[in-house]
Amino acid sequence: MTETPQDLTRQDSVRRTERGSAFLDVRDLKVHFPTDDGVVKSVDGLSFQLERGKTLGIVGESGSGKSVTSLSIMGLHKAGTAKITGEVLLDGQDLISASAEEVRLLRGKRMAMIFQDPLSAMHPYYTVGHQIIEAYRVHNKVSKSVARKHAIEMLDRVGIPQPDRRVDAYPHQFSGGMRQRAMIAMALSCDPELLIADEPTTALDVTVQAQILDLIRDLQSEFNSAVIIITHDLGVVAELADDIQVMYAGRAIEYSSAEDIFERPQHPYTWGLLGSMPRIDRERTERLIPIKGTPPSLINVPSGCAFNPRCNYAHLNNGASETERPELLDIGNGHMVACHLSPEQRRDAWETDIKPKL
Amino acid sequence: MTTANTEPSTTPSPVGEELLSVTGLVKHFPIRKGLLQRQTGAVQAVDGLGFTVTKGETLSLVGESGCGKTTTGRLLTRLLEPTEGRIVFEGRDITHMSEGKMRPLRRDIQMIFQDPYGSLNPRHTVGKIVGAPYKLQGVKTEGGTKKAVQELLELVGLSPEHYNRYPHEFSGGQRQRIGIARTLALRPKLIVADEPVSALDVSIQAQVVNLLEDLQEEFDLTYVMIAHDLSVVRHVSDRVAVMYLGKIVELADRVSLYEKPMHPYTLALLSAVPIPDTKRKGKQERIRLQGDVPSPINPPPACRFHTRCWKAQDICKVIEPPLVELAPGHQTACHFPENATAEQQAAAESAAKTNPGKDSLPTS
Repeated sequence: MTETPQDLTRQDSVRRTERGSAFLDVRDLKVHFPTDDGVVKSVDGLSFQLERGKTLGIVGESGSGKSVTSLSIMGLHKAGTAKITGEVLLDGQDLISASAEEVRLLRGKRMAMIFQDPLSAMHPYYTVGHQIIEAYRVHNKVSKSVARKHAIEMLDRVGIPQPDRRVDAYPHQFSGGMRQRAMIAMALSCDPELLIADEPTTALDVTVQAQILDLIRDLQSEFNSAVIIITHDLGVVAELADDIQVMYAGRAIEYSSAEDIFERPQHPYTWGLLGSMPRIDRERTERLIPIKGTPPSLINVPSGCAFNPRCNYAHLNNGASETERPELLDIGNGHMVACHLSPEQRRDAWETDIKPKL
Repeated sequence: MTTANTEPSTTPSPVGEELLSVTGLVKHFPIRKGLLQRQTGAVQAVDGLGFTVTKGETLSLVGESGCGKTTTGRLLTRLLEPTEGRIVFEGRDITHMSEGKMRPLRRDIQMIFQDPYGSLNPRHTVGKIVGAPYKLQGVKTEGGTKKAVQELLELVGLSPEHYNRYPHEFSGGQRQRIGIARTLALRPKLIVADEPVSALDVSIQAQVVNLLEDLQEEFDLTYVMIAHDLSVVRHVSDRVAVMYLGKIVELADRVSLYEKPMHPYTLALLSAVPIPDTKRKGKQERIRLQGDVPSPINPPPACRFHTRCWKAQDICKVIEPPLVELAPGHQTACHFPENATAEQQAAAESAAKTNPGKDSLPTS
């Protein structure tokens, strides 16, 4: 991808006033995986900021680059397989150019991650307590017994019954919900300032999901950490997130406050997501309104706007959708959208076509 | 209320003709231990189900993992042998029908699986996969199998040119369509769909849900849908059965289940669904169930939900509430139903007295 100077200046103007001051500042992040079939552009120019105490929801379908983004923030891509460019500034320190050892010392202490599948994220050979103690002792020079006490405290904090006994249990002895709690306990054992939760509740039942979402919310207000929650479930982000970023084919296509995303969505893809979802809180609709087609291959991303083959409004732009990639621009109140449609066209489409059918 | 109402499995459905009826269905998986493989216990996966499925309707089974919904689906399709009970399909008792006798019936009862990756043979072409039912059943079609398969592919929204491709060349949504095409090959009457859309992305999920609805209309299909996503269930179902630890705790038509749930568990499930509406953030009244679902190896006595229920009283630990029809077409198994009138409350109480469930403790 060659970037003209014009592109760069435009993106600079998009980056808002917080530049450099945000707790987490991701700037033009690109993660490319060279493969035999071609370069997989999993993340292709992503910028966002996040303050402490705030929650950012990243929404998108599989292959939109949401998990790859979080793994690159955590520095978890295997060296050599991924080509990462751009900057990820955590409190001013760039994580992309930092050495693996420097990032390792930050992991756990300053930033931590909750994975989707706690059974494969925890080591089956060690007890749950052992794993929490290990994480704690890497960053804190304390004796084993102090660390153990801390582990029991953390398990108690996340609501595991009889934590003093459960600390010696193995991951397989826990139910799915309890494993997820144990992983949250591990992630929070060193009071991280940045917590990334990658589909934290997707594998869980709805009643347990509600418990875990409550838990993440409570712990966030207690620790005042910055939280990124990655999910495909718009219900989950509506519950937790202050801001929402919608991703498609490796780029952010809409970014705004959670309220704006649900009340005044601007991008046709966001409309598509909202229409695809049956709503339990509304009158039942006769039919869902799916997005036509399938998500694109990340090796052959459609030219212009990556969403154009699936977009019902692409024909309104005299071909601009096929040739020119729309930049993510602020349309007021920090609501950013990457779409060629004019504000009037978007308003018309939303008010007449989409909103009445939701 | 009369005693007729306390016999759930024989309650006639309001309209239409009965396609499938299930009475007292039980499936226990034995747990064996030791050198002699003596049975030391049983996983009580399904424990006394009774319901009917009317022609042309969609009945959904919902519940948390481990509630026995998938086992029920596999019992209905006779992929598992029931421990007890009776399954009647089109007036024929198929509960313990031999494999040979069952085979012709398999044309009428088909299944859609959850995992679009695991349920297609990676070494077979799409043509071979979708054509397999014809071959196995010895069905000759007009114009040959290939033509029939290509018609099926078109029907589910795939291109006929896909005939010679392999499953790995398709996305998850397309694979699920291949599975659906295979299911439809023999024009079944009943389709048991086990989480047909839960492995798919939201936008694709909507496509498949719409496809299933179109096919139902076109071929007059009857669905038993197994799902955990309550929003999807509300969208597709005519009636919904809520399961908890191997039992149906509530069975009602869609509207009355979602608008006036009577069992506390249903209420808790519904209140736990995250609502994509920021205006309700934090305002939503949520019933927090404590802990996890108990083990089906050693389920709680009497009402199985009493360990997590906020309304539970002493009677819930002693007498199992039977599944009774408290409102037309709305069956609930609870001593203290929600949204109930005084009459309905009384009906629930008298039913529990006259006809307590079999898990009730013996009265001393």
